Amino acid sequence: MQKLGDFKLPQFFNYPPYFTLQPIRETREKQIQLWKELILEYCRSQKIFIVGLDEEFSLFSNQSIERSLSHESREVFLSALVSEGRAEWMDKSHKKCLILWLKVQDWADYIINFVRENGLEDSVMTVEDIRSGIESRGTELAGIDRGVLIRALKLLEQKGKAAIFKGSSTDDEGVKFNI
Amino acid sequence: MAASAWLPPVDLTDSGRPVLFPGEVERLFISSIDLQAEENPSLPPLRSGLLTLTSHRLLWINETSRFAHFIPLGSVIHAFPPKKSIKSMFTSPKIRIQVTSDSDGKITSGKGTTSVVITIVMRGGKSDSEAFYGKLWEVLKSRSWEVEEVKGREDVGEIRDSGSVEGTSRVRTAVVGVAGILRKEQEMWESTDKSLQDAFQDLNALMSKAKEMVALAEKMRQKLLSGSAAQANANDEEMGSKQEMQDWLLSVGIVSPVTKESAGALYHQQLSRQLADFVKLPLEKSGGMIALIDVYCLFNRARGTELISPEDLLQACALWEKYEVPAMLRKFDSGVMVIQSKAHSDEEVFARIISLAQKPDALKMGISPSDAALTLGIAPALAKEHLLNAESRGLLCRDVSPDGFRFYVNMFKEFELGNIYLAWRINAIAGLDEDSRCDIDADLDVQATLQASIMMLER
Repeated sequence: MQKLGDFKLPQFFNYPPYFTLQPIRETREKQIQLWKELILEYCRSQKIFIVGLDEEFSLFSNQSIERSLSHESREVFLSALVSEGRAEWMDKSHKKCLILWLKVQDWADYIINFVRENGLEDSVMTVEDIRSGIESRGTELAGIDRGVLIRALKLLEQKGKAAIFKGSSTDDEGVKFNI
Repeated sequence: MAASAWLPPVDLTDSGRPVLFPGEVERLFISSIDLQAEENPSLPPLRSGLLTLTSHRLLWINETSRFAHFIPLGSVIHAFPPKKSIKSMFTSPKIRIQVTSDSDGKITSGKGTTSVVITIVMRGGKSDSEAFYGKLWEVLKSRSWEVEEVKGREDVGEIRDSGSVEGTSRVRTAVVGVAGILRKEQEMWESTDKSLQDAFQDLNALMSKAKEMVALAEKMRQKLLSGSAAQANANDEEMGSKQEMQDWLLSVGIVSPVTKESAGALYHQQLSRQLADFVKLPLEKSGGMIALIDVYCLFNRARGTELISPEDLLQACALWEKYEVPAMLRKFDSGVMVIQSKAHSDEEVFARIISLAQKPDALKMGISPSDAALTLGIAPALAKEHLLNAESRGLLCRDVSPDGFRFYVNMFKEFELGNIYLAWRINAIAGLDEDSRCDIDADLDVQATLQASIMMLER
C-alpha cells in the first residue's frame, strides 16, 4: 500500500487516467467524486486547511507512475468541493482554497461536544487554548485553522452558546461557553 | 415476346451502373427515354429509362427495377434527323434509327437479315434532341467498336512511321546483327515513350489513348509476374515493385469516367453510382473504413482526367442515401469523415479494442492509437477515431502525459463499487506492491470479475 506520510493511499491512486481530466461527462463525474473524497480524507488526516493551487501539494502527484494533476484539473476538483460547501475560495483568482473537511456548523457542534466532555462549561479559554491546549491533544481541534475556529465560535455566539471577548491584541481573545 | 427477347441485355453492377466493354466510354446520358419499334407492334416497347450513349452501344437502363438492354452501334445502319414541324413543337422529340435485326425482329451484333426502325422518344421535357443527334453521329462515325481489330496493325504502323520519317533525312544505320536488334528495341521504347508523351500532353488524346495505356500497364504487369516467377527466390525489392505495380493498376481502373459533359443534370447521380462501385475494393482492403480524403485522392487518380471537386465527392456520397448501395458516409465527433461499408459494425470493433486493452501490458501502460492501428489493421488516424468513440461510450478513458496520448480500460465505475479484487490487480500489475505479486495469468477469478465488470459497462 502506497503512503503519503502516514496516510494510506487508495488503490486507484496508481491508475494513470486518474490524473487526466476526463472529457466524457459520466466518466468525469466519477473521477471528480473520487478526488473530492480523497482530498477531504487526506486533509483531515494531515490537518491541512489551506491548499494553494500553484504550490506543491503532494496529493496532486504520484511519482511512481510519473503523473500529476494539471492546474486546470486541480481547479475543477477544488471547485467541485466548493460547490458542495466543503471548501471555500479564499481569493477571487482562485489561488488558495480553504478545505472544510468539517463544515463550520460541524465544527461548532464538535466544540460543544468537546466542551461538555472536558467539563469546560464554566471556564474561560483563549482561542489559542482551544487550538493547542492539553485537552485538545488527540482531538480534531488540535491545530485547527484559526480562521475556521473563530468562525465556528462566532456561530456559537450567534446561538447564544458562547461569548467571545477581545483582549488588547488578538492573542488574548477569550471564550466563555454557555451550554 | 418480352423485351429481353428482342434487345440483348446489359450486365449491371450492385449500384445499378452498367458493366462496360473494354475500352467502352460513356458519352451522353438522357433520362425518361422510351424505346419503341413503331412498325413492329409485336416487339414490346421499353418505357421511361435512362439512355446512355457510349462509344460502342446505346444502353437503356431501368434504374428502379435494375434491368437494362442495349443496341450495338455496329448494327445501326442509319439515324434519321429529328423532324422539325409545328406538330413536333408540342410533342416529345423523337429520333429514329434503323438497326439490323433477324427475321423475328431480334437485334444482334451485325449479321442480320433485315432491319427494324427503333424510335427514341425523349419524354424528359428538357431534352435536346439536336445535341443528341449530333453526338450520335459523331460516335457512329468514329466506329470505336472496330478499333480493337485495327489496334494490332496500328502499333506496328507507328513504329514504321517513326522509322521511315527519320530514314528520309539521314542514312539508315545497320539493321542486321546484334546492333540491329538493339536498335529495334530502342525504336520500340522510343515509340512507347512518344506515345506516353503525346497521351499526357493532350487531355483529349488521353481519353482515346486510355485503352492503350491500360494495355501497356497489363503488358508490364505480365512482365513483372513472369520475371519474379522465373527466379527461385524473389527478393524484397522485386516484391515491393510488384505490389506497387498492382496498386498502380488499381488506380488506373477507370476508363470511362462520368463527366458533366456526358451526364449533364444526371451527373451527380451517375457519379454517385460510379463512386459506390469504385470504393468497394479499397474498402475491403482497409477493413471496412477509409477516410474521405483518401477516397478523394484514389478516385481522382483512377479517373486520370476529368477530376472531381471535393463538393462533387460530398454530393455523390450524400446521394447514396437514396440508392441501395453497400457504402455510407459517416462523420465522427471530431469532424473526420469516412466512407464505411454498411457491413461494418462499431460493436465488433469495440470488442476487439477492449480485448486489446485488457492484456497485461495494456492494463499497466494503456494503448496508443498506433498500438490499436497495428492490432486492428487500419490506419492510425482511423484507429484514433475508434478509440475516441469507445471512450465516448464509457468503455475506455484517457491518459494524457508527456509520454503521449493513451487509453486505458475504463475502471472508474469499478472503484466506486469498491471492487477490491480489481483494485488489487491493478496494484499488482503496476508492480508497486511487492507483497501482492502473483501469477496474473493463472488467476481466473480475477479474470472473471474483470469480464463481468466490463460487461456491466455495456448496458
